[in-house]
Amino acid sequence: MDGLVVAGVGVSFDGDPAVQDVTLELPAGQVLAVLGPSGCGKSTLLRVIAGLQVPDRGTVSFDGADVTGIPTHKRGFALMFQDGQLFAHLDVAANVAYPLRRKRVARAKIAPRVTELLNLVGLPGMEERGPASLSGGQQQRVALARALAAEPRLLLLDEPLSALDRALRDRLATDLREILVCTGTTALLVTHDHDEALTAADRIAVMRDGRIVQQGPAADVWQHPVDERAAQFLGFSTILDGSGADRLRPLLGAGAGRRIALRPGALRVDPRGELIGTVRSAATVADGIRLRCEVEAIGEVQAYAETGTTLAPGDRVQLRLVPAATAALPEGPAGR
Amino acid sequence: MPSRWPRRAALTALALIPLVFLAVFFVLPVGGMVLRGLHPDGSWALGDTWSVLSRPPERQALWFTLWIAVLGTALTTALGVPVAYVLYRLRLPGRRVLRGIVVTPFVLPTVVVGVAFRTLLVQSGPLGFLNIDASWVAILLALVFFNLAVVVRTVGAVWEGLDPRAEESAAALGASPWQVFRTVTLPALRPSIISAASVVFLFCATAFGVVLILGGTRYSTIETQIYLLTTNLLDLRSAAVLSIVQLLAVVVLLWGAEIARSRKQRTTVTAGRGGLRAVRFSDAIPLALTGLVVLFVVAPLATLVVRSLQIDGVWTLDNYRHLASDGADNALLVPVWQALDNSWRIAIDATAMAVVLGVIVSVLVTRRGSTRHTRGLLTALDGAFMLPLGISAVTVGFGFLITLNHPPLDLRSSPILIPIAQALVALPLVVRTLAPALRSTDERQRQAAAALGASPLRAMVTVDLPVVWRPLLAATGFALAVSLGEFGATSFLAQPDHPTLPVVIYALIGHPGAVNFGMALAGSVVLAGMTALVMGLVERLHVTSMGAF
Repeated sequence: MDGLVVAGVGVSFDGDPAVQDVTLELPAGQVLAVLGPSGCGKSTLLRVIAGLQVPDRGTVSFDGADVTGIPTHKRGFALMFQDGQLFAHLDVAANVAYPLRRKRVARAKIAPRVTELLNLVGLPGMEERGPASLSGGQQQRVALARALAAEPRLLLLDEPLSALDRALRDRLATDLREILVCTGTTALLVTHDHDEALTAADRIAVMRDGRIVQQGPAADVWQHPVDERAAQFLGFSTILDGSGADRLRPLLGAGAGRRIALRPGALRVDPRGELIGTVRSAATVADGIRLRCEVEAIGEVQAYAETGTTLAPGDRVQLRLVPAATAALPEGPAGR
Repeated sequence: MPSRWPRRAALTALALIPLVFLAVFFVLPVGGMVLRGLHPDGSWALGDTWSVLSRPPERQALWFTLWIAVLGTALTTALGVPVAYVLYRLRLPGRRVLRGIVVTPFVLPTVVVGVAFRTLLVQSGPLGFLNIDASWVAILLALVFFNLAVVVRTVGAVWEGLDPRAEESAAALGASPWQVFRTVTLPALRPSIISAASVVFLFCATAFGVVLILGGTRYSTIETQIYLLTTNLLDLRSAAVLSIVQLLAVVVLLWGAEIARSRKQRTTVTAGRGGLRAVRFSDAIPLALTGLVVLFVVAPLATLVVRSLQIDGVWTLDNYRHLASDGADNALLVPVWQALDNSWRIAIDATAMAVVLGVIVSVLVTRRGSTRHTRGLLTALDGAFMLPLGISAVTVGFGFLITLNHPPLDLRSSPILIPIAQALVALPLVVRTLAPALRSTDERQRQAAAALGASPLRAMVTVDLPVVWRPLLAATGFALAVSLGEFGATSFLAQPDHPTLPVVIYALIGHPGAVNFGMALAGSVVLAGMTALVMGLVERLHVTSMGAF
């Protein structure tokens, strides 16, 4: 198969398993996000793929050739870290030119290529700046340009946007996606941020305790979390079963399972809503008013109201269920 | 802000203590020595300066100092960097022990090293066939032996703290291991290498004991020439001229090292991301070099111990028994054990002084100056207390004798003079060990403590003490070891009936007779054993700033 295949990889540190029996597939030209909480082993997995960590078991192959024993610098993969790891003693142009110099690209061809790459990542004219004079977002853009300069067969990104603030992260995730698609780069990123994963990736693999618990096209994984913990990690805040799920099932129509996961925005105050709740608390947030509501047969859940609505604890409200913000979970024990 | 004044006054008062000490016991003697040379009989005699420097013996000494120091620095750095890599970057079994072995020579007394190398290299010694006894090669080897620790520790400490991800990024971008080293690692290490190399150059150029013992009459450096001029020829003017040349060179060098060091502190060091990595086949060359270096460090010491246990090839403890005597042909005025007792008393006094002053200086130089003016002042202060490291101990020692000999400071026959001189030598090392630890505490921690109601003193106890007690203990041990082995200044100041152990060892090798030489060997082993013991305990504290520059 063209692209990356990781088969049965296992790594232990002093007897503690960090990565266990991980099998992944990433077709050429696609972007895969490995999503998991910190300490789940996703960075170790990335290091194995990069060739920085020798696995105890299993193989890594690319385009059908086993690369497990090949040293990092000969794999043709590039790696981008959370904090960019720009070389502080080199300016922006020299950082981007670094992989070109290693490939002995003619000097005359380097400068135009660097300019092109800096334009691509949205930093035109920054050639002579020092890394220290750049903002965190700019540093990541330079790191991306440097990684792309290597024309890697596979680009590995280790929490590429985690060090940035929220607004910048959203914008850069979109840019990252565009750049990867327009350059046709095969990329694997590890992250703990489900929004980042969903924005940037075609495919998502959910990792937990050293194992891949679910993988597939991003939309599939998003809509059908494999279990409660995966659902929580994907941003579902409430899991209902028993009477609560029974109450909601008619509203969702066919296909709803025994257990239903709700995102924070799944219930909205709406005069035409089918559910009746009592406001317990209300707080104004950026995109509206966030409520805790006691709903009959369901219990206390989170809901949102439009900005400008006046609500106080004790008020009764009608709530509408937004089906797109729910997911059906397979059978399994409920509870936290 | 009136409330700031008492604090500023207190800091100034605190600063005065070490400054007065430095003024009285360093500037005054060195200045007196220089003045005596250039301003004899009440008139300046600058015109003769050049003629002194162009005389054959002085010119030879200058020339020899320069090239032996350059060669010594080059060789030490070339060996030290790969060893630093192996001992601070590779997951090598027994690396702690190896680190201990490689850095031991730095605190070994110069006389011990001199004696050890002679034992190794004399005709009848294990390496006698090389025929390099009393040659410049012997001096070069001894200088490398001494200073390897400086390079290994200084570069190793930085290397250990380098974030491996920069190297990993480069590897992932297609750089081979050698290219990674050349384009990423070396630029990050460069300031520490420059810093270490300049300190090594300083130590090589001002080496006294080893050159005196190994160089015989054939080789002389500026330092031994000053000694010769003052003690044997009583030519103070020439000695002063040489001292000034040395002083200027040292100031320039320290200034350069300071620039390199401040740049080192600017490069971000992310500590402890598990920088150690498994040994690879490609590490064969540095590993082999490390093996060679360990052998090189162990061989002279092992020979010294073995020879001290033999007389005419027969195993015996007689050399040690003789330490209770005053040597054959009354080589000494007191038994060696008496000298050992003196050494300890003096070293403890010197250590107490060096540590008290060192703490004050460290606290001062790690303050963040609020204005450019204060910052400049603090840097100058920092540099001033490094000076004794590079000034000829002989100049200091002799300066003591000629300036502190009249009221109100008539200390010439006072027993306090030797500890003061030794404290002066140990002080820069104490500051270099303590200051990085004090600097590493975040100012905001102190501010947080203050905001929670802690007084400045209380905040220091809460925030700084937990970080500083290990380096403080290490610095104390370091000062003790250095004082025990100090030879240059002590040899000038010690009264014949009240010598220290290094002085006695030097006296013993100067006297003919197998018994005396056997005693020198035994005495050297005892002295080396004590300093190694102190440093072994210190090593257990794992203070990386110690011995790093």
